[in-house]
Amino acid sequence: MAATPLIRIEHLTKRFGGFTAVEQVSLDIMEGEFFALLGPSGCGKTTLLRMLAGLELPSEGRILIDGQDMSSVPPNRRPVNMVFQSYAVFPHMSVKANVAYGLKIAGVPEPERTDRVMEALALVRLEGMADRKPDQLSGGQRQRVALARALIKRPRVLLLDEPLSALDAKLRETMRFELTRIQETVGVTFVMVTHDQDEALAMASRCALMNRGALQQVATPSDLYEYPNNRFVADFIGSVNLFEGRLVVDEPDHAVIASDQLGARIFVDHGVTGATDATVWAGLRPEKVEMAHLNGAAPPARVGVPEGHNLVRGTIRRGAYLGSETVYDVALESGAEMRVLRSNVTRYVDREFAEGDAVWLSWAPRSPAVLLS
Amino acid sequence: MEQEWRQAKRPFAAIIGPPGFWLALFFLVPLAIVWAYSFGRTLGLTDIAITGTLDNYARVMDPVYLDIFVKSLGVAALTTLLCLIIGFPVALAITFAPPRAKAWLLMLVMLPFWTNLLVRTYALMAVLRNEGYVNTVLGWGWDGLRAMGLSLSAFQPLPLLHNNFAVVLGLVYVNLPFLILPLYAALDRLDRSMIEASLDLGAGHLRTMREIVVPLALPGILSGLLITFVPALGAYLTPDLLGGPDSQMIANVIERQFKRANDWPFGAALSFMLMYLTFIAIAGQAIVARRRRARAGA
Repeated sequence: MAATPLIRIEHLTKRFGGFTAVEQVSLDIMEGEFFALLGPSGCGKTTLLRMLAGLELPSEGRILIDGQDMSSVPPNRRPVNMVFQSYAVFPHMSVKANVAYGLKIAGVPEPERTDRVMEALALVRLEGMADRKPDQLSGGQRQRVALARALIKRPRVLLLDEPLSALDAKLRETMRFELTRIQETVGVTFVMVTHDQDEALAMASRCALMNRGALQQVATPSDLYEYPNNRFVADFIGSVNLFEGRLVVDEPDHAVIASDQLGARIFVDHGVTGATDATVWAGLRPEKVEMAHLNGAAPPARVGVPEGHNLVRGTIRRGAYLGSETVYDVALESGAEMRVLRSNVTRYVDREFAEGDAVWLSWAPRSPAVLLS
Repeated sequence: MEQEWRQAKRPFAAIIGPPGFWLALFFLVPLAIVWAYSFGRTLGLTDIAITGTLDNYARVMDPVYLDIFVKSLGVAALTTLLCLIIGFPVALAITFAPPRAKAWLLMLVMLPFWTNLLVRTYALMAVLRNEGYVNTVLGWGWDGLRAMGLSLSAFQPLPLLHNNFAVVLGLVYVNLPFLILPLYAALDRLDRSMIEASLDLGAGHLRTMREIVVPLALPGILSGLLITFVPALGAYLTPDLLGGPDSQMIANVIERQFKRANDWPFGAALSFMLMYLTFIAIAGQAIVARRRRARAGA
């Protein structure tokens, strides 16, 4: 991209004693993005966020915001504001005083201060609550106070630490849309930390997936799901069937993986650019596997797939009905298991598949994700 | 759901009984006797007649004794203030120390409790007296300057002991842990993200201290002040050993009534005046705390 990034993170490392929380992270975040730092707990995403806020100092590397090195800028001077996981709403101040805090510190004079407080409260839909105390608010309302308090400073970047984790399921869904709406209204760059992949996929324009302090992949939500970089990414985002195999054919327009674990050859319609005979993994999403009754019938043929590829036989072990879909675990002849997902497009009355049914499983040549590590 | 004590009366009585009996026998009963004495009159060496007179309380109002009450209040207030000035940074430092250092620092604060107050006070005398450590070291320095050719008179030891300075110093020394520990407890309970949020919103450290830390820790600060003020007000040993002729506090006067003056009824009346003053201080703290709660709830 030609545009200069709003946030540039260069070789950022953070150690706590002997423990490395963040390791050599380099990352660009553009103006106006809704960026998610995603990963399991303890992966360093919160430490990275706190370094952006200036609440932790990097051991190595640096952070540039608007091209300015933030290394020696204390948190109170950064063009960044944060919504804390616990919200950190000051209990001894009214909602109004909480929201006005940053302006009061900055010395914004009175008529303007109140105007901006009311504007911020309107943005988060808390107009009638200005004189309440935090202990008279629900968790969701406290979060809105924290949001208004951070946004009133008109930061270049708003940092959100697990913004939805403390809310109940219904409220979480509402807040998801609210956060997206607010971000679109104010146009501020949001950087959010979350361990919940659904949250990241639904809200973020781009995600960075982290594990053990290191970046695994930075991509849009759909690329993260459809084109994972490695097994960790494939496994963390959604559900995946992973099969180890050897790369036996690798041409520019197709490749073949022989997998003993799967008991079949996998044909993909693109080159892999790996060394022939190298160990690779094929990741198959459960919804991308097709299932047909065996019934002694001929195996379903697929256009463009050589005979005997992308096809295995198995027996249905379990079926879990989840309302909109049903998840089947199919035992393969090789001893491995494959998870298959069927959408219940018609009313689930006559069960198409039952436990114990013998089935064919097949998939399109473009479905498997080939993973080198 | 926790069980209420009313639902288990017998076990509750069994647990509360012995300490209740103990308190009644060794605290409330003697206190009642002293209270009764304060309305009495000495007849002979050992006889006291409880006449219901208010003479003893009238004597307490004598300017001589009122002055000592005022002075005791002043010394206790000064002690508490100095403890706060010294103790607040210490409590703050312990709160933000790394976890391992924290345990050691708290140990250091509590270490003086392992030695008897009397021993500690005598040790302080050894430090402060004319031939004490402070004056010895100062004397060496003085002699050194003289040896370097400065024309100085002979070293005069600083009068550090047996005066009001020594009393306040001793009281600060004895009472400091009583202020540091509740302060530390109040500061440590504080949600760190409150402080971080304040920094994040543009406030510097001093501003954050004033706007966030002190208001949120105020109940702990107030109870720490009270816990320091009350024993300082009733201090006996420290002014007795470290003080001079003009530094007696009310507890010393009370002691004299029970011993040398052998005027138990008057001593009892003075004791109760001291207790009423203490109650007023406690009530004041409670009122402030309740008003804060009410304001927080409004």
